[in-house]
Amino acid sequence: METERSSVELMVQQSQINVPYSWWAGETASRFFAGLRDEQKILATRCAACSQVFVPPRKTCPQCFKDTAWLEVRPEGELVTFTVARRQLAALPRPVPLIFGLIRLDGATTALLHLIGEVPPEQVRVGMRLKAKFAAERRGGILDIEHFRPA
Amino acid sequence: MDKVAIIGIGMTKIEADKRGDTFADMAWEAVNLALADAHMTIAEVDNVVTTSNDFWDGRTISCMAVGDATGAGQGKNTSCVEGDGTFGAFYGLTRILSGAYGTTLVTAHSKGSESVSSLITNAALDPIYDRALGLDMVTACALQARAYMHRHGVKPEDLARVSVKNHGNALRNPLAQLPLKLTVEDVLRSEMIADPLHLLDCSPVSDGCCAIILANEQRARRSARQPVWVTGVSCCADAYYLGDRDLAVPRSLAQAAKRAYAMAGIHDPAREVQVAEVYDAFTYQELMWIEGLGLAEAGGAKDRLERGDFDLEGPLPVNPSGGLLGGHPVIAAGLYRMAEAVKQLRGEAGSYQVDGAKVAVAQGLNGLCGQSHCVWTLDNRS
Repeated sequence: METERSSVELMVQQSQINVPYSWWAGETASRFFAGLRDEQKILATRCAACSQVFVPPRKTCPQCFKDTAWLEVRPEGELVTFTVARRQLAALPRPVPLIFGLIRLDGATTALLHLIGEVPPEQVRVGMRLKAKFAAERRGGILDIEHFRPA
Repeated sequence: MDKVAIIGIGMTKIEADKRGDTFADMAWEAVNLALADAHMTIAEVDNVVTTSNDFWDGRTISCMAVGDATGAGQGKNTSCVEGDGTFGAFYGLTRILSGAYGTTLVTAHSKGSESVSSLITNAALDPIYDRALGLDMVTACALQARAYMHRHGVKPEDLARVSVKNHGNALRNPLAQLPLKLTVEDVLRSEMIADPLHLLDCSPVSDGCCAIILANEQRARRSARQPVWVTGVSCCADAYYLGDRDLAVPRSLAQAAKRAYAMAGIHDPAREVQVAEVYDAFTYQELMWIEGLGLAEAGGAKDRLERGDFDLEGPLPVNPSGGLLGGHPVIAAGLYRMAEAVKQLRGEAGSYQVDGAKVAVAQGLNGLCGQSHCVWTLDNRS
C-alpha cells in the first residue's frame, strides 16, 4: 500500500540521555584544586626540558613527553583574548552578559580559561591586567576562583 | 601514494530540520545518490566507513544505526570515525591503500535540529578543568575570532564580507539551506551572539548527509564517471587545551596543507589551486583557513577578500557552493566540501561553476577552534 508522503502527519518522539558521571580528578588536578580551596593559591607545573609552565597543571608535557614539576604562579596576569556572551546559550552558567577570557598568569606560558567579572563588558581589552577573585565558599573545583577582575 | 580517485558523490539537501527523514533515511538517500552518480550498485562497494557522533545522534554506537542504510548490513566490513567526514574519508582512503579493497563508501551525517548544540559542544570541554565554566563552540570560537582580529587588525566588516559572499553564493546552490542576499550592514546589524560574532557570522544549525565513493586506480579507470584523483592529503592536530595554543595562528592547518601540497607537487598553492572549499563554520574561520592553506599571507586574506579575489568570478573562488554559512551539517560538513570540490572539477557545479577548474583544495576540521585539520588536494587530470 502506498501512502502520499504529503499526507503523513510527521511525528516527534521526545527523549533524553541523562547519565551521571563521577570524574576522578586524578593526583594532578586534585592538588591544583586543593591549592585553590585551602590556600587560595594557583599551582602550576613546569617542564624542565622546554620550560613551558602549564596552568591548569599537566602531569606530563605534551610536547616533550616528560614528567613535569610543581611550582606556584601569581594569581595575576594578562588577558590574551575574550568574548562577551550576549545570547543566553544553554551551556552558560550565569545570566548574560557573561565574559569569558583566556588569562596568561605571571610565570605561566599557557593561558587559563575563566570568567571575567566586576568590569563593564565594553571596558574589557586584550592585554588588560586581571587578578583572581576567590569564591567565599570553595569546594575544590575550577569555580573556587569566582572570576578574574581588573587588577 | 598509489592513485585513488573519487568516483561517486551524493549529498542530501541541507535543511534546518528534516522532519520527514530519520538520520538513517538521510544516509540512505545520500548513499543511493552516490551509487547512481557512480553508475554502481551496492554490491560493487567493497567496504564502508561511516562518520557520526554519538552525542549529536543521541545514541551510543551511532555508526551501527546507519549500517542498513549504507549497505554495511549486507555482510560488509564496516568501521566508523567520530569527527568530521574528511577524517572518515581518510580512513576510507587508507583501507584502499592497504590493498584489501578496491572501493570504499564513506558517509557522514548529523541532525543538529534534534538536540541542543550549546550543550553538546560544551561537553567537548574537559569535565575536570573547564567544562563547568560553560563555554561552548560559539563562545570558544568567539575567543579565537577576537585573538585573530586583534593580531592582524581585522575589522567586523572584514568578517561580514565573508557572510555576504557565502550566503550570496548559496543563492546559486539548490542544496544550500540559507541562501541570502545580504549587505555588510545587514551582518553588522544582526544579533550579537558572542562578541565579536554576530548571528550572521555564525553558520546555521543543520541536518544533512553526504556520501562519497573512493576507488583504487584500476576500479577508477573502469568507472563510468570521470575520476577525480586524490593527489595529496594530510591531517594534523594541535594541543587540546585552548590556552595551550596560539589561537590566532592556524598552526595545524598550515602543517596539514604543507604536507598535502608536497604530496601533490603543488609549490605555489595561491597560483596552482583554482577553487577552495573550506570549513567556514564562522566568518572569521574562512579568513584564517585561507591563510592556513597558504592561499593568502597571514593577515592578508581580508584584503584579498575585499578586492573580490575569492568571489565566484575572482581568480581564486572560495566556497562557491556557499560553504557552511549556507548550511552546516556538523560531521558531514567537511565531506560536503570534498563533494563540492568534485562537482567543480567535473564541471557539474551549474550556475556556481568555476571556469576551467583543474585543481581544488577541500578542508575539514575537528575539535574546538580548529584543533585538528584534514586537507585534500584533488585534480581532474589523470
